[in-house]
This record gives sequence, C-alpha cells and structure tokens, in this order.
Amino acid sequence: MHRFVTATVLSLAMSLPAWAQVSIDDPWVRATVPQQRATGAFMQIRSAVDARLVEARSPAAAVVEIHEMKMENDVMKMRAVPALDLPAGQTVELKPGGYHVMLIDLKAQVKEGDVVPLTLVVEGKDGKREEIALDAPARPLNQPMQHQHGKPHKMH
Amino acid sequence: MPSSFRGLILLALLAFMLAACSAPEAPRFNAANMTGVEYGKDLRMQDADGKERTLADFRGKVVMIFFGFTQCPDVCPTALSRAVAVRGMLGEDAKKMQMVFITVDPERDTPEVLRAYMLAFDPDFVALHAPLARTAEIAKSFNVFYQKVPTGDSYTMDHTATSFVFDPTGRLRLAVPHNMPPELIAADIKTLLATTR
Ligand SMILES: [Cu+2]
Repeated sequence: MHRFVTATVLSLAMSLPAWAQVSIDDPWVRATVPQQRATGAFMQIRSAVDARLVEARSPAAAVVEIHEMKMENDVMKMRAVPALDLPAGQTVELKPGGYHVMLIDLKAQVKEGDVVPLTLVVEGKDGKREEIALDAPARPLNQPMQHQHGKPHKMH
Repeated sequence: MPSSFRGLILLALLAFMLAACSAPEAPRFNAANMTGVEYGKDLRMQDADGKERTLADFRGKVVMIFFGFTQCPDVCPTALSRAVAVRGMLGEDAKKMQMVFITVDPERDTPEVLRAYMLAFDPDFVALHAPLARTAEIAKSFNVFYQKVPTGDSYTMDHTATSFVFDPTGRLRLAVPHNMPPELIAADIKTLLATTR
C-alpha cells in the first residue's frame, strides 16, 4: 500500500518564497504500549531545492529530536543530529535502520490508528525557514521491516 | 626438521582427514556458528510476571535471545517483529522456538511495560529483567555491549543488536546479525531442530 500525503505548508514569512516546495510522503509513527515514553516517526521528505531539516516539534511529546541510527559492529547507536540535509530533488528517507524523528517524553500512549501531529522546520540555503505541518498515523508496534523504496540516502 | 616432528604432522593430518570423512557433515548455518562458545551460562532473571527463569526452562526448544530496551524506536521492535515472522515461517515448529527479550534498561522497563510490550508482538515471547548490576553481569556473559547515552533531558541506550540462538539442549549455537532476514533464520532454526539430539 502506498499512500501519498501532501503536507500543508505554513510559511513563517508573509511572502512565500518560490522555492518553498517540500513534500512529505508516507509519514507514520510507531505505536507504543502504556508507560512507554518514547517512539519514532518515519517518512520520506523531498525538497525541490537544497535545504535542511533543522527542527521537529509535536504536541504529543515534550522533546522531539532528529535522530540517526547507526550500526557499528552490530552495536546499535542512536544519536541526535543538529540537522538533516535535504538535497534538491532527492527523496530522503526517515526509516527504521536510518533516520527518524524521535518523540521523547510522550504525553500519552500512542495507539494504533491515532494521528500524531508533527511540525517540521526546514531551512533553505538563504537561512529562511518554513514550517511544515503534517499528521502521522500510528502503525502497530510490531510493524515489520519495510521494503525499501528509493535508494538509501547518505548525509554528508 | 627432526623426523619425529614430521611424523607428528603427518599423523595429525591423517587424523584430521579421517575425522573429516567419518563425521556426519556438520550442519551449515546462515548465522555465525558459535558452537563451543559458552555465553550466558549463568542466565537467571525474572520474567514480567516475577517468575525466575533460566535457560533450562526452555529445554526442547530453540531459544533466541535479544538484548534491547522498549523506548527504542527502531532496532528493538524490528528484531521482535522479525522473530514473529520467523515463528510464522516455522509453521508447526513455531512451538519449538522461544523468543526471549532481555532489557538493558531495567530502570524504565518495568515488568508492566515489558509485559505489554511482549503482548504487542507475541504472547509467547518472554521478557527478562534484573537489577542494574545483575543486568551488567548477564550482558557481559554474552559479550553484549550496552551503555546509556544522554539525549535532551532523557537518555537512550547503545546496545549490541545481535540475537543469540541456543539449541534445544541449551547450548549456544548461533549469533544472528541484526539485518539477517527472517527466512534465513527460520532455515537455521529448522536445521538446529533437525540436527540436535
Ligand atoms: Cu531515536
């Protein structure tokens, strides 16, 4: 099943720059069990011009960070990154085994089928920022490994 | 070279060739073969219901052990989902496979959280926990690495993402890397069930 979600773009500036073209495809959040305080959000992001994802927010969690997951000698390491590059025209995947938006200190259990609002802040090369609001549905905790669509993207 | 030494080498070679011919072909596995390595000899922890568990409880089953924590958005649910898939591929033999999740974050992974977490995957999965010091000992006995990493006001855990597979007699046999697909693991488990006696 392949769903396409067009994100609503709320520009901070009154005049919306011509490059403000960021689309979010297939966003989802992994559901949690009661008392589980953290989870991840996944999606594909595509910016028409070179930009960076610099911030993420959600009313569902007190702290939201952009995380990179790496395996070193089969040890899983997860770290907050200050920003995620969005090269022009490329689909950047946030998916298990790579990047995710980490939702920490969840205010409530995220149940399957819940919709988690997210706001992404994307910064263009000129330093201008735009906010993208989207709704990410919660998929079951046991959501299996996903088949890759698109090439894995490496940040530089 | 002294001739007695040469004779010894020849003898060793001959013994090796004989052994290679007479022994039934050793089973081949997709995962790393750990036969002979003694990990987790002293595994004794509580399950989510407060019952003390050891590997001996699972005699007759292939046991797959994974170390993780429930606040993990990524590899841990992926490893458990994969175990669900493996059981699905085993068909009738699914009842001869026991998945065991050992938390490396006992401070946050209370029995309640662990119980709910296992139920979200498979009610037959067992989650084990122990106080911090004991958890460290057990991880060490598996050569498993983990550490707390602060992030914001909270923390996350780095940890080994390997799954360890014990045969039905309770011997460690395999180390499964985190990215091995379920069909290869199911094949290995079938091999273990067929060749262990
Ligand atoms: Cu994370």
